[in-house]
Amino acid sequence: MIAYIIRRLLYAIPILIGVNLLTFALFFFVNSPDDMARVHLGGKRVTPEAIEKWKEDRGYNKPLLYNAAGDSGAKLTDTIFFKHSLRLFALEFGRSDNGRNIGYDIRQRMWPSLAIALPIFIVGILVHITFAMLLAFFRGSYLDTAGVVLCVVMMSVSALFYVIGGQYLVSMLLRLVPVSGYDVGMDAVKFLALPVLVGVVSGIGASTRLYRTLFLEEIGKDYVRTARAKGLSELRVLFRHVLKNAMIPIPTGVVVVIPLLFTGSLIMESFFGIPGLGSYTIDAINSQDFAIVRAMVFLGSVLYILGLILTDITYTLVDPRVRLS
Amino acid sequence: MPFQLEFLWTDILIYLLLASTLAFAFYTARHEHLRVPWRQVARRPMAMASLVVLTVYVTVGLMDSVHYRPLLEIRNQGERVYSNEVLSLLDRMTTLLRTRVEKTYSAPFAVQAYSKETVEYPDGRHAREYPRLSYGGAHLQNPDDRATDIARRIGFATLAGLALWLLLIAGFVWWWRGRAESWSGAVQRLWRGESQVPWRAIWMTTGVLIVLVANAACLSPFYHIFGTDQVGQDVFYKSLKSIRTGLVIGTLTTLVMLPFAAVFGIMAGYFRGWVDDVIQYTYTTLSSIPGVLLIAAAILSLQVYVGNHPDSFHSATERADIRLLFLCLILGVTSWTSLCRLLRGETLKLREVDYIQAARALGSSHVSVMARHVLPNVMHIILITVVLDFSGLVLAEAVLSYVGVGVDPTMDSWGNMINSARLEMAREPVVWWSLASAFVFMFGLVLSANLFSDAVRDAFDPRLRK
Repeated sequence: MIAYIIRRLLYAIPILIGVNLLTFALFFFVNSPDDMARVHLGGKRVTPEAIEKWKEDRGYNKPLLYNAAGDSGAKLTDTIFFKHSLRLFALEFGRSDNGRNIGYDIRQRMWPSLAIALPIFIVGILVHITFAMLLAFFRGSYLDTAGVVLCVVMMSVSALFYVIGGQYLVSMLLRLVPVSGYDVGMDAVKFLALPVLVGVVSGIGASTRLYRTLFLEEIGKDYVRTARAKGLSELRVLFRHVLKNAMIPIPTGVVVVIPLLFTGSLIMESFFGIPGLGSYTIDAINSQDFAIVRAMVFLGSVLYILGLILTDITYTLVDPRVRLS
Repeated sequence: MPFQLEFLWTDILIYLLLASTLAFAFYTARHEHLRVPWRQVARRPMAMASLVVLTVYVTVGLMDSVHYRPLLEIRNQGERVYSNEVLSLLDRMTTLLRTRVEKTYSAPFAVQAYSKETVEYPDGRHAREYPRLSYGGAHLQNPDDRATDIARRIGFATLAGLALWLLLIAGFVWWWRGRAESWSGAVQRLWRGESQVPWRAIWMTTGVLIVLVANAACLSPFYHIFGTDQVGQDVFYKSLKSIRTGLVIGTLTTLVMLPFAAVFGIMAGYFRGWVDDVIQYTYTTLSSIPGVLLIAAAILSLQVYVGNHPDSFHSATERADIRLLFLCLILGVTSWTSLCRLLRGETLKLREVDYIQAARALGSSHVSVMARHVLPNVMHIILITVVLDFSGLVLAEAVLSYVGVGVDPTMDSWGNMINSARLEMAREPVVWWSLASAFVFMFGLVLSANLFSDAVRDAFDPRLRK
């Protein structure tokens, strides 16, 4: 098992290098630092001196890959690639284009992101599986058909409508919770209630339908028929036998999300004004802060790969038939 | 010529897509074994009803994909000067909607503006009141007649629509009835839904759509049926224009990624070894970057490029079009990986199958084995993915536009409409119509696409086949 985990971790390294090179190419080859400076300083009437100063302040005035002017070691280390791209591997994110410490910001903003993403995740899974079980229990009946139709209808509505609709209904008409904002401690609950509700509801359509299919696939199998033939009640069959086996594919979809919870949900956070990593990214995109976007791309990939590894490990844990090869 | 045709990049790709779809349909129609699953789709009432709705959307989208520049004037030496403004066939048909711009917001069917203004009367008096709109309901002498006028027009449009519908049905029954079958017999058969293809569902949907279109056509020249937005543009017109954007994102993205996914997926599964390793490495790397962030990074880079090279683009339409195309490309890059993985898995299984081994033993080259034996046998996976991806991509456009990395802000799209609706919902009184019409149009497209794709998946997925 440990050997397997180590092998998986080693396999992640070339992928991260690939991600790193790709983002570097995307940000520095497509547009030179001069272009970036011009966009930031605004328009075409920018003096070359201003561009030089802008680049020097942010360390973009070095050669891209190879510094011929440097000393022996500095030939490779005193470059943009080393300073701005390779350092990400040590999780040193450096400074954003307007001078803030990205690493500090990320550590600060991680917690609000978790505070909203984790409840959505847990409540969401519980609610969606309950609904799916309900539909599977009443399979073939009008309730099941109506449920499936409702799922398709709910799937067809953009997540943005759920957010805007929820905000309008709950905050503006009923005035139950504030429209947006965030607070620390217990006060956060009243800010988090609505985003969590919206997050769970907007996921109902797709997830319930998926889980229902998984349950129905399992219900047709022989061991379920045996369980019924033994005289077990339908509820017992569903909960003791079907649920356990149908749960096996669920971790693949679920565990992969866990590390991504840190980066939060882009839409939710910016709509509800929660100072998490999602709104951080959106703000960076809108103010064209490339350093932050670069850091977030890398962080996102690291977490995603971590999620994949975790998924594979859970898979081997819940399903002994999966061999480690 | 009074106009000059203008081919935008996305237009060309749309024509290409249309041509290949027609070729595919033609090919399928001539091969019995390919027709079987489609026949199964054609028997599902829900799928066929959705197909009718989709056809309407596609028609509007295609009309919006024929672009031209109108002639402005002919100078003395016969030199023709064309307008800088790029218009489409749809623009031409909805000139009234496009050019009748109010000052600012107005509610659906309103005759008065949304906000009060100081109006000066001819006798020099000033008053704060809601001014009449310059176009919405301008034909009414007295604004109080609005309700009767609207009811009259709706009644007329509905009757006309129903008449047209009955006429079409009559024509259909004439073509459809059996040789010795009486007219009443055929109508009865249609009414009871006793046919292989669910004609009843198809005609019901068609009827509803014809009545809706007739109403829209009859009312929109006189009123802003979905209201107007902040700069006074007709929201109905904007929603119609958004259809093309949604369709382009949903279809061109798959068109862009399909060749990569198919070629690489099949190659990885077929050759295995180092080819497989390289391809697997590529798609794992690409898929491990969170999609939104990769799109954001790419669009930001494009923005900087466009900002620094303003001379490469002739018009705003062209610039928006390039951005749309680029968005399709980058969405394609993020979405080809899952299809590639599926195809690789399926090819791994297929390459051990007897007929592939036999083809190899008979001396077929690798290329011909892959093209003639593997590809046709993974076609169902490709088809299912294409159809299933469509609605997700249309929804993704809205989210991306909201994040600020979607289509150009000047381009009409549902995402941009929703985006602006955020501030409109906070106004007093609430400006709900932009959001509502974006919702209705988007929901119609996505729901029918979802229903249709379900039927396609059921028919083509061998695991679900009985």
